[in-house]
Amino acid sequence: MRGPVSADGAPRRPRSGPWWATGLALLALVLLASFMARGDPFTQRLEEDLRPPSREHPLGQDKLGRDVLSRLLYGARVSLGVGISVVLISATLGLALGGVAGTVGGRTDRIVMGVVDVLLAFPGLLLAIAVVAALGPGVTNVVLSLSLLGWTGYARLVRGQILSLREREFVAAARALGARPVRIAARHLIPNLAGLLTVQATFGIAGAIVAEGSLSFLGLGVPAPLPSWGGMLADARPYLLIAPHLTIAPAAVIAFTVLAINLLGDHLRDRWERASSR
Amino acid sequence: MILRLLLRRCVPVLPRLFAVAPLVFFFLHLVPGDPVDVMLGESALPADKEALRLSLGLDRPVGERYFHYLASLTRGDLGESIGLRAPVWRLVASRYPATLELAAAAIVIAVSVALPLGIIAAARPGSLLDRASMAAALFGASVPSFALGPVLIVVFAISLGWAPVSGRGGAAHLALPALTLGVGMAGILSRITRASVLEALAGDYIRTARAKGLGRWRVLTVHALRNALLPVITVISLQLGALLAGTIITETIFAWPGLGRLTVDAIAARDYPVVQGCILAIGAGYVVVNTAADLLYALADPRIRHEGTRER
Repeated sequence: MRGPVSADGAPRRPRSGPWWATGLALLALVLLASFMARGDPFTQRLEEDLRPPSREHPLGQDKLGRDVLSRLLYGARVSLGVGISVVLISATLGLALGGVAGTVGGRTDRIVMGVVDVLLAFPGLLLAIAVVAALGPGVTNVVLSLSLLGWTGYARLVRGQILSLREREFVAAARALGARPVRIAARHLIPNLAGLLTVQATFGIAGAIVAEGSLSFLGLGVPAPLPSWGGMLADARPYLLIAPHLTIAPAAVIAFTVLAINLLGDHLRDRWERASSR
Repeated sequence: MILRLLLRRCVPVLPRLFAVAPLVFFFLHLVPGDPVDVMLGESALPADKEALRLSLGLDRPVGERYFHYLASLTRGDLGESIGLRAPVWRLVASRYPATLELAAAAIVIAVSVALPLGIIAAARPGSLLDRASMAAALFGASVPSFALGPVLIVVFAISLGWAPVSGRGGAAHLALPALTLGVGMAGILSRITRASVLEALAGDYIRTARAKGLGRWRVLTVHALRNALLPVITVISLQLGALLAGTIITETIFAWPGLGRLTVDAIAARDYPVVQGCILAIGAGYVVVNTAADLLYALADPRIRHEGTRER
């Protein structure tokens, strides 16, 4: 969907400006910090439980006396790792299945799209909860369940794009020159899909991080003692009254991480829209 | 005519409703791992495991279990809770009103924030007001409910004391959970409203309305908004699924006695018939609500209302 255009032909969507750079910087900071962190996220000091922020522990200590900052930073690796893995797996699956459905057509297309329609007819989080509830918690199971459901969006996107690209002149020309379907897909279809796919994948990372956080918050995601942002918020819940810092810090970090990724996604989409409307 | 529309819109939904059942069943029954092991722990006595397996009917082949499950479903029988010793349908029915109350309040909050915000932003694109409200919208769409909810409790319930920490009661109890659930939807909706009003404002009929000498505000609210609302309604209906699923998180945060919390409790207790029933109930609710939104959409747009009747 192209945005409205003003008299001089310039898109009226406000340019994302320096915000996307802020987002990228924020993300880089979180990642960098997570690898540079020296503190130990696992060491327990039971006699120092629920301590407020101090010089030694800038964000305080949790119910087992563990350093909150170290856990947050280590949790960044877990959350971003899950987010990126889910997107890689589901985008690959979606590209393959959507590509096959779009190129082969016929019954294959109907079967693949039928599965997509049924899966998309349900709230994704609900299905993820059902799958993880059955598989049991664990990082692998979280990635598996989110990927199992996440490919549908990519498949639909890829199929739709292929159907419209197929009608374009450059593809018809390649076909007339005798190019084989595999060559057409590799040289003409996939490069043209890459932009839109990148946009969707960026938002997908944000979505997967929120989904992992939600599962972990419910106790169905990343199991203890491995730190995850959702799990930290769940652990902090009984201590809202006496140790609110345990809630504020992870809540802020996850909110700003997701915001940063979404800013980046917005920027990529704007760029893609401008490029394709030219 | 309305009846014909109703039939045309509702009949295709039935297969989707029936697709819910096998999906839930196969997810819970075909994935690796023995539910009995999960329920009793791997260290349980083999005799106890065997007894539970027999009582759950797990000794029979999957195909047979599936048909048995479908057969009971058509009789409206969702099975019996293992832990709570009550029919699943009764548990689900007793919790549904609380979830609907929460979801409805969240939608009211989302719509009453998003529409004005999106319209104001679209009225002066590129202005400071536009940028500020869209930044707020993106933040709202980004912050996950499991992060927002606890922070709202810390600020509004504990520090300021304006609302109770948890539980269900009057409007005061409803405020924080509904806000938690509604903020994300408000963020997405205001971005869509802005885009869709801008698109409508670019239409020829807007130029005509302006040329007639109508005021800017009247053109915006009467002419543009009416056409801009259709995509907004679509997005509301698409968001409802996320909203219903989101009640699972929100109800957990605020100890809200709805379907979502029943689901989480049942998962913790390995009460699979209840999990199955809850997911089925939420999924069915989603499908029904989506169909209702579809109908609303058709009623709002004469082009859709008359589709298929002209060829006759």
